[in-house]
Amino acid sequence: MNKVFNKIESITGNVITVKAQGIRYNELAQINTRFGKSLAQVNKIDGDIVSLQVFAGGQGISTGDEVRFLGHEMRVSFSDDLLGRIFNGSGEPRDKGPALTDNMKPIGGPSVNPTKRILANRMMRTNIPMIDMFNTLVVSQKLPIFSISGEPYNQLLARIALQAEADVIVLGGMGLKYDDFLYFKEELSNGGALSKTVMFIHTASDPTVECMIIPDMALAVAEQFALQNKDVLVLLTDMTNFADAMKEIAITQEQVPSNRGYPGDLYSQLASRYEKAVDFDSSGSVTVLAVTTMPGDDVTHPVPDNTGYITEGQYYLKGGRIEPFGSLSRLKQNVNSKTRKDHRILMDSMIRLYSSYKETLEKKNMGFSMNRWDEKLLKYGQLFENKLMDLSVNLTLEESLDLGWQILADCFQKDETGIKSDLTDEFWPVK
Amino acid sequence: MTANKGKVVSINGNLVSVKFENNVSMNEICYVNVDDTKLKSEVIRIRGNIAQIQVYEMTGGIKCGDDVDFTGEMLSAQLGPGLLGQIYDGLQNPLPVLAEQAGWFLERGIYADGLDSEKKWEFTPTAKIGDVLRAGEYIGTVLEGPFTHKIFIPFNLLGIYTLKSVAEKGEYTVNEEIAVLTDGRGREISVSMSFKWPVKRAIKCYSERLAPVETMETKVRLIDSFFPVAKGGTYCTPGPFGAGKTVLQHTTSKYADVDIVIIAACGERAGEVVETLTEFPELTDPKTGRSLMERTIIVCNTSSMPVASREASVYTAVTLAEYYRQMGLNVLMLADSTSRWAQAMREMSGRLEEIPGEEAFPAYLESYIAAFYERAGCVLLSDGSKGSVTIGGTVSPAGGNFEEPVTQATLKVVGAFHGLSRERSDARKYPAIDPLISWSKYKPVTDPAKSGFCKNILLHGDEIGSMMKVVGEDGTSIEDYIIYLKAEMLDAVYLQQNSFDSVEANCTKERQRYVTDKLVYILGSEYSLDSKDDARSFFNRMRQKFIDWNYTEFESEAFVKAEAEIDKMYVDGHGRLSREAELLLKGGE
Repeated sequence: MNKVFNKIESITGNVITVKAQGIRYNELAQINTRFGKSLAQVNKIDGDIVSLQVFAGGQGISTGDEVRFLGHEMRVSFSDDLLGRIFNGSGEPRDKGPALTDNMKPIGGPSVNPTKRILANRMMRTNIPMIDMFNTLVVSQKLPIFSISGEPYNQLLARIALQAEADVIVLGGMGLKYDDFLYFKEELSNGGALSKTVMFIHTASDPTVECMIIPDMALAVAEQFALQNKDVLVLLTDMTNFADAMKEIAITQEQVPSNRGYPGDLYSQLASRYEKAVDFDSSGSVTVLAVTTMPGDDVTHPVPDNTGYITEGQYYLKGGRIEPFGSLSRLKQNVNSKTRKDHRILMDSMIRLYSSYKETLEKKNMGFSMNRWDEKLLKYGQLFENKLMDLSVNLTLEESLDLGWQILADCFQKDETGIKSDLTDEFWPVK
Repeated sequence: MTANKGKVVSINGNLVSVKFENNVSMNEICYVNVDDTKLKSEVIRIRGNIAQIQVYEMTGGIKCGDDVDFTGEMLSAQLGPGLLGQIYDGLQNPLPVLAEQAGWFLERGIYADGLDSEKKWEFTPTAKIGDVLRAGEYIGTVLEGPFTHKIFIPFNLLGIYTLKSVAEKGEYTVNEEIAVLTDGRGREISVSMSFKWPVKRAIKCYSERLAPVETMETKVRLIDSFFPVAKGGTYCTPGPFGAGKTVLQHTTSKYADVDIVIIAACGERAGEVVETLTEFPELTDPKTGRSLMERTIIVCNTSSMPVASREASVYTAVTLAEYYRQMGLNVLMLADSTSRWAQAMREMSGRLEEIPGEEAFPAYLESYIAAFYERAGCVLLSDGSKGSVTIGGTVSPAGGNFEEPVTQATLKVVGAFHGLSRERSDARKYPAIDPLISWSKYKPVTDPAKSGFCKNILLHGDEIGSMMKVVGEDGTSIEDYIIYLKAEMLDAVYLQQNSFDSVEANCTKERQRYVTDKLVYILGSEYSLDSKDDARSFFNRMRQKFIDWNYTEFESEAFVKAEAEIDKMYVDGHGRLSREAELLLKGGE
């Protein structure tokens, strides 16, 4: 029952209106323009005036173009054929492979019943000490990577994609620079992870509306894999572009903006994506890591601010390192008691000493004199930053813990660390 | 009654306009028919013959011309035995029942009764035939877990009734007829053990509202001794993300000295609800010795569930709280977070194209927040017993800035303010309630003069601390430095509290009084300390002893032993009690 209309009433930005009856809210339509076909989605119905947001944008659309309603909402094909493939925000292939149309699943589906979730309690290893040791990533956790532009966040994501213990990786790129897209493609295929990866990529030059669809596509696919008992890791970059795309559409549609131009439902919109992270009772899981760039390094900007309230902690990427103070994995205590018995205490003690180092550094910079203890702390801080914090360090959790003890032993006496003596007796390296 | 129907004429997000013919009332519940499902909605504005309704579900697939059925009823909660231990969504659908029907996901258009209609309850009549009764008085009781659940004359029956018949002692379901009443004109009204009450109306079937005077112990030292909350009072906990709002509420829900706790997880993470669900059935309530879940009701509308029912969820929760207050119980209702509730109002207001107020919140934000907190209170019931509803709400201010509309509107109406600060949480000082900005209008469990004495040390120490950042340790006199160390110690041993340790987290008022006395004694003394290094090491050791003392069971052998060590250190440090502290301690005896 396809319905075809030939008269577009108005075109504003990416939104067009047509006169039509019997159209359902959120229904998809296809528009044939002289530049080719584009999908569009109904986002408002007022009597017989139907507004649609055009995925390819409003440019070049003529009032005489044909609008064909498809009678269903946005869907994505799901099968194992997805693995190794790259798609755009409309679900069309970006690589040279065939289009997939089997087993179409709706995107942006309902949320999981909280009683069907289980408590997150499995560690996801990444072999990055600042994550595994200090802010452990937990299966089904949702964590943003707060970063300013220019930081190596995509490199970090690519490394996590290659090293994380996940059955399937789903990468959603929003507003990616084209060279970043190429970088991901190359890294993943060189690292041999392409065969377990699905990519949904929107580059900065693609139409804005497609940017808004990317997270839903990526998460819908992830959810389907999770229901097949797979542990799925979803990597999204960059959610600030997603929020900006929403802002753009909202303003075009004359919605009342709430904070810095963002729509009033920014929190709910972000939450409905992040909340797709889940550990299903007796099935697989979805873990979400999402880059959120902070304009001007301002964590109170609406996007990182709202994100912080939704997610279970954050990784704070600054100066090419994951900062131990701003970063927090709220779920780490669910898992780090079961890894190795020195994990927690070593984590706490090393951070406490590092924070003393920071204070000493401040004192030093202000010209106060340094005592012996200060000198020890300065040495410790240097070692800690170079050997553990550096992003290029690649160690298993056990290796990082051993290295941690080594660093302590290089700088301090046993009783200066504040660690219980039964642990220092067992783990203190013998010189 | 003829079916009252309408037709959809426009759709914008979850706001749908409906053309109707008969009469429609404001806040009436209606259902939009989409294919085979019915979507629950509420009328929020009426203009001419167009009603604007907010749909409690996702609106995809609705088209113009779809039928809408009006029910004539307002959004109501079903009240009766069987509420305790339940996990509801914002519209009082039990989530486990939905999971049985729909599986993994919360499919739209599936609803279930708030109370189990099959379960039988042992009813004991208490009223006699011929008794004259009014709404809010009870005709019998059932045993619900550890509580005697009163079966009330439905609150919506106005006027005076005579009891014509009442069921005998025995087992009945919540929907079976339990009594028949006759009104003034001789009409008969059948009553069961359950009835419905519109959630947005406060229950007022009590004889008098009393001032909240009795302190509600939360077992959190910083709250009970410095910024207390009264039974029947209100408080709010604003704080930036990661400052520990939810952990603090979670601790309160476990240890608070009340009969029933109702948790409204409003627009927050589903993972937190799962944590409560996993943990609570395992824990025991110290008051009754039974599972903590038996005194808890969870109303959860997590952040990815539809926004409109998020708004309803806090009202549903407070209605359940008021219902149990009616039985003479002390109820604590925790809302996490009221900002999400306010944001839900903002989203709807935007769709209605209302003129926005500050930060696009609707102009009625303040009055709605005030009306919500006013539903708390301590009341005198018709049978002479007292009950209370205490409301604690978290606020999630944008950017952690308390100058925003929701925090400010909340501060106007609450009785205590527990402001969480980023500095304290970054320094891992939990609970991260900032003693320098928080306040309370209620009575602390400890002697206010002693608390004031401690608070002064804190303030003074903080001033010296900020001065020291500029002039350095060398530029500070030893007297000032000792005050600074005392303040640091007080912070570490009394203000900070480990909420994950069962002894440490559960600090009773008796213990708080005892420890406060000890603190006044130690902090109100002078010591023979010659250098700053000596002073630092003395207070560091004292602090360590005190912390060890905190982890021992109150009045146990270990407790006495740890205290003796503190006393020994005091003597070794040549402690001399100051005049001020001496008077203070005498006055307390």
